[in-house]
Formats: sequence, structure tokens, C-alpha cells
Amino acid sequence: MRRVRIGNGCGFWGDNLDAPVRLAATGRLDYLTLEYLAELTLSILAVQKAKSPEAGFATDFLDVLGRLTPILAEQPRLRIVTNAGGMNPTACAAAARAVLAKAGLGDKRVAVVTGDDLLPRLDELLAAGHGLNHLDTGEPLAAIRDRVVSVNAYLGARPVVEALKLGAAVVVTGRVADASLTVGPAAFEFGWGFSDADLDRLAAATVAGHLIECGAQVTGGLWTNADATTRLGDVGYPIAELAEDGSFTITKPEGSGGAVNVQTVAEQLLYEVADPARYFTPDVVADFTTVRLRQIGPDRVGVTGGTANGRTDTYKVSVAYRDGYTSAGTLVIAGPHAVQKARWSGEVLLERLRHAGLTFAATQVEVLGGGDCVPGVVNATADPPEVVLRVAVRDPRRAAVERFTKEFAPLVTAGFAGTTGYTTGRPPVREVFAFWPALIAKSAVFPHAEIV
Amino acid sequence: MPTVPLSSLAHGRSGDKGNHANVAVIAYTDAGFAWLCQNLTAEAVAAYFAPLGPSRVERFEVANVRALNFVLYDVLAGGASRSLRTDSQGKTLALALLRMPVEVDAALLVRS
Repeated sequence: MRRVRIGNGCGFWGDNLDAPVRLAATGRLDYLTLEYLAELTLSILAVQKAKSPEAGFATDFLDVLGRLTPILAEQPRLRIVTNAGGMNPTACAAAARAVLAKAGLGDKRVAVVTGDDLLPRLDELLAAGHGLNHLDTGEPLAAIRDRVVSVNAYLGARPVVEALKLGAAVVVTGRVADASLTVGPAAFEFGWGFSDADLDRLAAATVAGHLIECGAQVTGGLWTNADATTRLGDVGYPIAELAEDGSFTITKPEGSGGAVNVQTVAEQLLYEVADPARYFTPDVVADFTTVRLRQIGPDRVGVTGGTANGRTDTYKVSVAYRDGYTSAGTLVIAGPHAVQKARWSGEVLLERLRHAGLTFAATQVEVLGGGDCVPGVVNATADPPEVVLRVAVRDPRRAAVERFTKEFAPLVTAGFAGTTGYTTGRPPVREVFAFWPALIAKSAVFPHAEIV
Repeated sequence: MPTVPLSSLAHGRSGDKGNHANVAVIAYTDAGFAWLCQNLTAEAVAAYFAPLGPSRVERFEVANVRALNFVLYDVLAGGASRSLRTDSQGKTLALALLRMPVEVDAALLVRS
């Protein structure tokens, strides 16, 4: 049976820069997908675009693409599908075309997928009765309208299929759902449509996309039982070998580190999943409770099942809005009694700020090494020789947060014995972009693909 | 009956969904899964994580991979961007749950 090999070389913006190149060089891929957009990445990109109209996409992608050009020359059938376009897919696609042209690959077509960015249409949509109410609380978006920085619908696989039909070797999108980056190539290769009769196969490909979308998280990364023998230093990124009936194999390049087994795949299957019988994507509602996993060879897991549970008439929309400022700083406190001294130190720091007339909308004192990663649930079992004190605040006033960052250094002399580790200076102040999930009717969104 | 950490029976992974977290607990054996279904209730998990203040805990059975998936609502102190916690995305919640002491029959600890 014919199989399409789709590998994912990037799980988020910030992932290993060499992974896409290594995967494409050794993976014998038909498609390389590169996923760059976490929920809040778009808000950061939106602010960049507001400052400069040519910015607002994942610039790492251009560096990666430049390094991929010798491989694209050697493997003329290899195609790339990426959501690196972020808030500015058109500029990203144009820059990608320039990178290809410079490498003598100017004949390769680059397509852009747009239509996800609803910010320019926001007031029109609100006026037309699309409330974009908060998915959990039901509150209308009007409550935060003046603080909104980005509004993006999660597009599905359809415009990716359209882009591939136009002959694109590189498809650059904005906010396309992670799994749809895999569903698109599968649907294109096998000629699947998007009718009710296709839903089960779309669901199966969605399972494949979900499994590989976080890169090494299915090949040994974050595996509960990973140890030194797992060779994470040389970890291979994932490949899904899809068949026309929707069944597939998860594997990784031969000889690479990491592990693909039923445990690693099961862990990733449920990663960031709520109801496993209803995994919502723009393409289909996938049922993960019908998925069967079987070890069929070394670092090869066969996946069958994965069925559809209908589909929705709505796209999920991710809204980001300005929500004040935050900063977090650390110090090291040595024992004996390090945990207690660190807690006192945090209280002293906040007390001094109160004396300066400052209280904050939210504060957090953590003693890392004392169990505070999961505060109150996990406790330190002994008197650790040293701990990390971490204090964080959030507040609408930038000046107040700036003042907070200046209160760590004094603890080095006016704190408790054993205070050290003030090596990186004052912590930076960061703007907070809060996340507002919503839904919108599919009929109000217009995905579009074209060659640039 | 011996008291062991839950990690003797299961592995797992956790992550975020806005201000909610999910914790998947995956049994190593069929017998282990049967034990989890009977004993690792939503109420038990809610009590275990009570210091984090979840508004409620929902449990989903995923028998095809011998797993229970727990959704802990409003447990991340604001979620990835707003939360002031180090673990604002709940990445360590699964390992924390796998530390839970459980009393089980010794036969359950044998993996075939």
C-alpha cells in the first residue's frame, strides 16, 4: 500500500534549530511540517507587526529554510508546510521565496494561506452579531475590546490542500491548527475530500498530526521512563507514515536517539487533551478512544482506528489582550534551614515594597527545591542544602513592576545568611497578554490560498 | 498490602488548556488499569490537588490505551501567560500525581 511520509521538525517557536535539517536529511520525507505557533505566540508577533509592517512572523523559519535549500535541491519532491507566517504570512512567504531564489531554487512555488487574521475585521464582526464570547465564562468580547492585540481563527486543512493543488513546494500559513498541517498533505496526496464520507480518514490523519505536532514529545522527549540510555542528546524527530485508509506508523530516522514505543505514543496521544472522545479541530471532531497502538518493530508503533465524532460549524478563535505587566526574579538561599529562610526572604522583599507604598494585583513567592513547583501537594522530604527563591508579581502599572525588580539586590546584604546567586542583574519586565478563547461561525471566515 | 507510589502502576503526562490542566495516567498492565478505574476517582485526584484550588475535576476513561485522563479546571492560577507560577502550564502535575502513595496487592506490581 502506498504511504506518505510526513515528518515534523519543529514543535514550537524556540525548538531545536538543527532538528528540521537533520530530519529532512535522513527521514526520506515526502513532507516536512514545521509548527511555530503556541497560543500566545501570535500576540507577541502582533506587537512586532504593529511596530513594523514587514515583521510579525517566525523569523527562525527563514534561517531553517536557508539551511534546508541544499536538501531541497537533492530531494526535488520534498515539500514544506509551516505555520511560521504567524501574524504576517504574506511577508513570510515573500521572504521565503527570496531565500529559495538566492539558493538557485527560484522555480519552486511558494504559497501563502491567509484568512485567519480577524483583527482588521473585528468591529465589523462584532457589529454583525459575532459576539466572540469567552468560551468558558460567556462574557462578551466587548468587555476587553480596547485591549485586544490579536484575533485569529484556527483554520483547517482545506486551504493547505488548495495551496498544494496550486503546485506549492513551500506552504506558509498563519494560524492553522497544528494537526491540520499534517491532515492537509494527507488529504491532498490521497485525494480525500471534506464530505461526511471522508470524516473518519480525516480523523485518523488528525490523530497522526496530533501525535507529531510537538516534535520530540512522541519520540522520547518528556517520556516518564526516559533515562541516559534514551540518548535524548541525539533525539530523532517524528515521522508519520500514512496509508490511504488512515492507518499509519509513527517512527523516527534510523540510528537517531530517543524512543518510539507504545508508552511514548500513548503519553502524547493524551497530551493537552480534555475529553478524548471529542478532540475538536477545524476539520473534524476526532475520537481518540478508538485508537489502537501496537509495537510493530524497533521504534515503530502502528496506529489504527481513530474515528470521527462529527464536526462543528464553528472555528475556534484565539484572542489575546493586554493585561498589565509582570516580572519574576530569583536568588539562591543556602541552608541550614534553607526552605524557611527562603520563605522569610520572599516575605521581607514584599514587606519592603509595602513600606514603599506598593502592593500588587498578584504576587507569588516560591521556594524551588522546597516543593513549590506543585505548591502544597509535593513537600520537601529533607533539609535541602540550598534552594532557589523565586518571587513574581503582576500589576497594571509598569512603574510598580519596575520598582519590584530593584528589590532583589538588597537581600544580598540585608537578607539572611546564605543568600547568593544574584548574578544576572535585575529581572526584565514583560507585558502580559491574556488569552481569550472564543468560537465563530465558519461562514464568517474566508480561508484563502495563493502563490506569491 | 504494600504501599507504593502510583508510579509503580502507571506512567503519565500533563499539560495545559488555558487555565485548565489535563493529567493522563497510563497503566502498565490490564490489572493495573482495572485498579486505577476503581480507585483513582475524580474525587481522590481533586483531594490530592486541593492546595492548587481546582474548581472541579473531571475523569475520562481511555481504555484503549489503559489510561485515565483527568481535567483539572481553573488550576493554573491564570494559565500560561498570566500565572505567576514557575509551572504555569502544569507540566509537572503528572509526576506529582505519580508520587501519590497507594496501597495495592503485591501481585499488581508484577509486569508481564
